Amino acid sequence: MNLSDFLTMRHEIVLSVLALLILIIDLNLHNRDKHRIIPISISLFFVYTLVGFLPADKSVLFGGMYQTNPLLVMMKNILNVGVLIVLLQSVTWLKQDANREKISEYFILLFSTLIGMDFMISSGDFLMFFLGLELATIPLAALAAFTHHQTKSAEAGIKLLLNSALSSGILLFGISLIYGSTGSIYFDTITQLYRNTPLQVLAYIFFFTGMAFKLSLVPFHLWTADVYEGAPINITSYLSVISKGAAAFILIILMFTVFKTIAPIYNHILYLIAILTMTVGNLFALRQKNMKRFLAFSSIAQAGFILLGILGGNTMGMTSVIYFVLVYIFSNLGAFGVVSAIAAVTNKENMDDYDGLYATNPKLSLLMMLSLFSLAGIPPVAGFFGKFFLFASAASAGYYWLVFIAVLNATISLYYYLLVVKAMFINKSETPLAYFRSDNYTRIGLVLSGVGIFILGFWSQIYEIINSLSYGILP
Amino acid sequence: MIQNIPLSYFLVISTAMFFIGIYGFLTRRNLITMLMSVELILNSVNINFVAFNKYLFPQHLQGHFFMLIVIAVAASEAAVAIAIIINIYRNFKSIDVENVDEMKF
Repeated sequence: MNLSDFLTMRHEIVLSVLALLILIIDLNLHNRDKHRIIPISISLFFVYTLVGFLPADKSVLFGGMYQTNPLLVMMKNILNVGVLIVLLQSVTWLKQDANREKISEYFILLFSTLIGMDFMISSGDFLMFFLGLELATIPLAALAAFTHHQTKSAEAGIKLLLNSALSSGILLFGISLIYGSTGSIYFDTITQLYRNTPLQVLAYIFFFTGMAFKLSLVPFHLWTADVYEGAPINITSYLSVISKGAAAFILIILMFTVFKTIAPIYNHILYLIAILTMTVGNLFALRQKNMKRFLAFSSIAQAGFILLGILGGNTMGMTSVIYFVLVYIFSNLGAFGVVSAIAAVTNKENMDDYDGLYATNPKLSLLMMLSLFSLAGIPPVAGFFGKFFLFASAASAGYYWLVFIAVLNATISLYYYLLVVKAMFINKSETPLAYFRSDNYTRIGLVLSGVGIFILGFWSQIYEIINSLSYGILP
Repeated sequence: MIQNIPLSYFLVISTAMFFIGIYGFLTRRNLITMLMSVELILNSVNINFVAFNKYLFPQHLQGHFFMLIVIAVAASEAAVAIAIIINIYRNFKSIDVENVDEMKF
């Protein structure tokens, strides 16, 4: 392996080295010094994030199993920035006594899932894709069951693991039928050989069902709320932001390359599932009182919007999905960051506990309001443009009714996002949460997500950059 | 000899196994049995891969390699699942899904 190959795969290699390095450092630390791993890991990850931004070219390794191009590198960098914010926001929780011996495990498992997602995004055949997918899922189940003395956490872990195992089984059955009908597992060859025979359509349906589980689209969404509520809150934010973002990225790559030829057939499926996902996600979110469950259903509804960009089926659709995921990462991390900062200090995560928060913690309330406005899609912040481009790409493909339903859903979602804002700013409370100061890591994490929401809303070049990278990916 | 058995026999077996696995996953109430159902699904996929490789595309070994990887991944999945199930047993004193229901709609 020479230097240029190393540079091509730098995301995966550096991250693997990082995970092993943390393991070795952990071995050499005494039990009472374990907390030193936190600054070491976060600064190493920060360096790694910077390394990821080095320029990259299009290239192929391992005989086509691994491919990369500037767009894929961009996707990985988006995920890296998101993970960096998650790490910063989880420090307060990690420093609690119950977690002191498990700090390094948290980082190693988290990095393993990120390696899996990187390999999944860069995969050039179904074998690599499947391996990446599993590497991204199995450690996540261990992370969801992280606080092993809590019954809810263990329940979340087994629900996540069994559901994802079932979904990868269904997905694999689809892949085996694709292999049987085309004779290859390489994306390039399959793209040329896909002829819409009944077997291939069936294979596609199996495959899409498996992916729908991972993205928690509606008929397959039932695990989401339980896992999100039971898992530790920082894992929840990782699951709903990074894991879902990576699944959306690989889904859109596969839809636009491998399964391009059966677009006339899968568009019907996507149309129905998009409507179901948005509506059911929104209607269930209306009645939630627990903030984690509330954000879980809101993230289900957001996944429905992503399907609009896939239905668009052109470069604009691809660009708008990537842009939307980027915006979604920052907005959701802002909301989860506030919830986790409050939960880490006061252990409260119900909507009623937020009554009168603005009087005691004005900065947290403002950031929460900004993130929720961005999730709802109110104009000055980034979320509006994310949704706007998705709607525009679906409308450019002629799906006017779908866009109309999506706009209706965006309005419904505004209602429940405003419920939280109302609780913080208008509702009076006898016993509001007392004022507290988060530690510096959490503050940096919160500021980063808030700044991200603003920059993405006002600095329009970022859309142009993604758009210029997206050209040439479509066959 | 294997040449006398048509490919469709293997496909019928694997499809049956797949749906038995799905049925078992949805109806069984014991976590270990649910895990076994998932293994059944993954094994049906393995049969598919090997049969397709042997009958339709014998010049390459892609299906065989895929089968090996699936077995390895299934083993690691089972390891993590059983670790979590042991943890559930410590917390709930049961591995029946009817009892593991702290969170519901």
